[in-house]
Amino acid sequence: MTEFLDPSPSHTDMVQLLNPEGERVTHPDFEFSPDRPEDEAVRGFYRDMVLTRRLDVEATALQRHGELGLWAQLLGQEAAQIGAARALAPQDFVFPTYREHGVAWCREVDPMQLLGLFRGTDQGGWDPAEHNFGLYTIVIGAQTLHATGYAMGVQMDGLVGTGDPTRDTAVVAHFGDGASSQGDVNEAMVFAATYNAPVVFFCQNNQWAISEPVEQMVKVPLYKRAQGFGFPGIRVDGNDVLATYEVMKAALKRAREGGGPTMVEAYTYRMGAHTTTDDPTRYRLSDEVQAWKLKDPIARVEAYLRRGGGASTSFFTKVEAEADEFGERLRAGIQALPEPDPVKLFDNVYTELPEELREQRDGYAAYLASFEHEGASR
Amino acid sequence: MTKMTMAKALNAGLRRSMEDDDKVVLMGEDIGRLGGVFRITDGLQKDFGEARVIDTPLAESGIVGTAVGLALRGYRPVVEIQFDGFVYPAYDQIVSQVAKFHYRSGGRVAMPMVIRIPFGGGIGAVEHHSESPEAQFAHTPGLKVMACSNPVDAYWMIQQAIAHPDPVIFLEPKRLYHSTKADVDVDATPEALFESRVVRSGSDVTVLAYGPTVKTALTAAEAAAGEGKSLEVIDLRTLSPLDMAPVLESVRRTGRAVVVHEAHVNLGLGAELAARITETCFHSLEAPVLRVGGFDTPYPPARAEEHYLPDLDRVLDAVDRSLAW
Repeated sequence: MTEFLDPSPSHTDMVQLLNPEGERVTHPDFEFSPDRPEDEAVRGFYRDMVLTRRLDVEATALQRHGELGLWAQLLGQEAAQIGAARALAPQDFVFPTYREHGVAWCREVDPMQLLGLFRGTDQGGWDPAEHNFGLYTIVIGAQTLHATGYAMGVQMDGLVGTGDPTRDTAVVAHFGDGASSQGDVNEAMVFAATYNAPVVFFCQNNQWAISEPVEQMVKVPLYKRAQGFGFPGIRVDGNDVLATYEVMKAALKRAREGGGPTMVEAYTYRMGAHTTTDDPTRYRLSDEVQAWKLKDPIARVEAYLRRGGGASTSFFTKVEAEADEFGERLRAGIQALPEPDPVKLFDNVYTELPEELREQRDGYAAYLASFEHEGASR
Repeated sequence: MTKMTMAKALNAGLRRSMEDDDKVVLMGEDIGRLGGVFRITDGLQKDFGEARVIDTPLAESGIVGTAVGLALRGYRPVVEIQFDGFVYPAYDQIVSQVAKFHYRSGGRVAMPMVIRIPFGGGIGAVEHHSESPEAQFAHTPGLKVMACSNPVDAYWMIQQAIAHPDPVIFLEPKRLYHSTKADVDVDATPEALFESRVVRSGSDVTVLAYGPTVKTALTAAEAAAGEGKSLEVIDLRTLSPLDMAPVLESVRRTGRAVVVHEAHVNLGLGAELAARITETCFHSLEAPVLRVGGFDTPYPPARAEEHYLPDLDRVLDAVDRSLAW
């Protein structure tokens, strides 16, 4: 895979296997070869992307209705996330940002738990070890170091390069174009290179760090930075789920086999706002958004499946119905999320409650109870 | 019984932890082949290998951040920060990640990690090499903070901190690393980790100290005894959580307390101790709790540090002011 480092002139700058028109294109290094029959795999990707988008749409609406404090939208980045996540082996471990809703979906994290985080009922209700999917990380880029350290641990456990594909383990560090400026991301790459850690740096370049365009701080294509750290970097069309899947499969395989880190830049676009508090009309032109709409990651898969007969009309109807049902479940579930118990705020600061914190907790419980007593006596 | 300096005691403690638990890994700058700039990890890489005594790139956030990942994978990383003033690049990882992981995960994910920091001044070093950042960590829920003051505690406390399930900021008074030796009985039963201890009994004034200032306080108590004043000295050992019981018991007897630390007085540990003592035993106090510490200036150039650091005379001066109240 040294060709990553030195693409021959015949190679396009960006790996693509399905173009925006929904036509399959060839690439000298990558070929779509899923672990299932092709059409079945593509239908699976389509369903994942539609349901992920529905989650995003519903969550955005729930925020507008005051049910969530915030939502980080992924609209437009479905292919990057589903492609990257479906390339994982079960034992691989993922370190997400706060926008990896599609990856969470593939790792079978209950979407209600994502909503709980953004509603403010908890700070991430899933067990990372159960899903091999870390907690969402808000501080930009911090998780890339965790991923690298975890990958160093995998290596110490002797689970790299054993030749057993069910045991060899890779780690994915998710981050974005904005995070690429962070010291932590750069330090993570230095550490990963130093120890040849089995980590894949998966950068979703969605072109915008809130209001700052990627060109403002990125002066060479992001994937080319990898070379400076001493490992391969490659750019893939992040709106092409087939290409993202294949490129990630290759990078993960390389990590598991002991080849070390790879950086994958998924070139995509944030169709929505950074989060629901953001107003992108203040800093970007609608022409730009329109241009990217023509590259929509879901539309091209639908066009491909319809044109090639990979899916029947009833398949699309069925997925749509499933999405509607999913949306209803999310809307119904949101108000059923339990409100945090104030007395439990003190739990889990430490593995055991220290005496002084116990006193604070008991004091606050007594304080709250005093109001109940007043109310009762009135 | 083996006579050991604090440096040797820490080295022996680390070695024993690594023998006891093969998940213990050491990480830091120059800790392998060199044995650390203070030689605390001397010989450990030779005996335990490069996979367990890891020479890291020169990036503190990177060290602590990757240690988080190792802890998530089931390891017990022990991180060496080379000097106190270099911990700040890792501050975000420590405060936002290390300290909060167990809480954010609803108790599902533990973060057993020890971050060793040689701290304090008195060695004539250039700037950024003599700081006392303990209050910044003690202020952070989720971290435990402790300071050792002698070789015996150093030997046991480092092992207990490593075995502890919560993240621990472990402060080592660098000027005492090689100063005095003490008998360390490696077969003894150690004191509990999160307990403060009366290290000299007295009846007139309670002097609270930790790390490097315990020695200062004991010297002051010896001098005061010559003048007929009886100082009780308490080595706090644990800074977060504080172990207030022995402190309060002592202050109720003496009615007076002086806190001594090298850190800036403003919002330092002394402020918290003064508040808690006042809240809890107001009526036993004969004088306000007084604080002796570093001035509220950046750490000064080394040739002026003797003015900045609390010494025997400044402790005695505070004792006199307390007694004269």
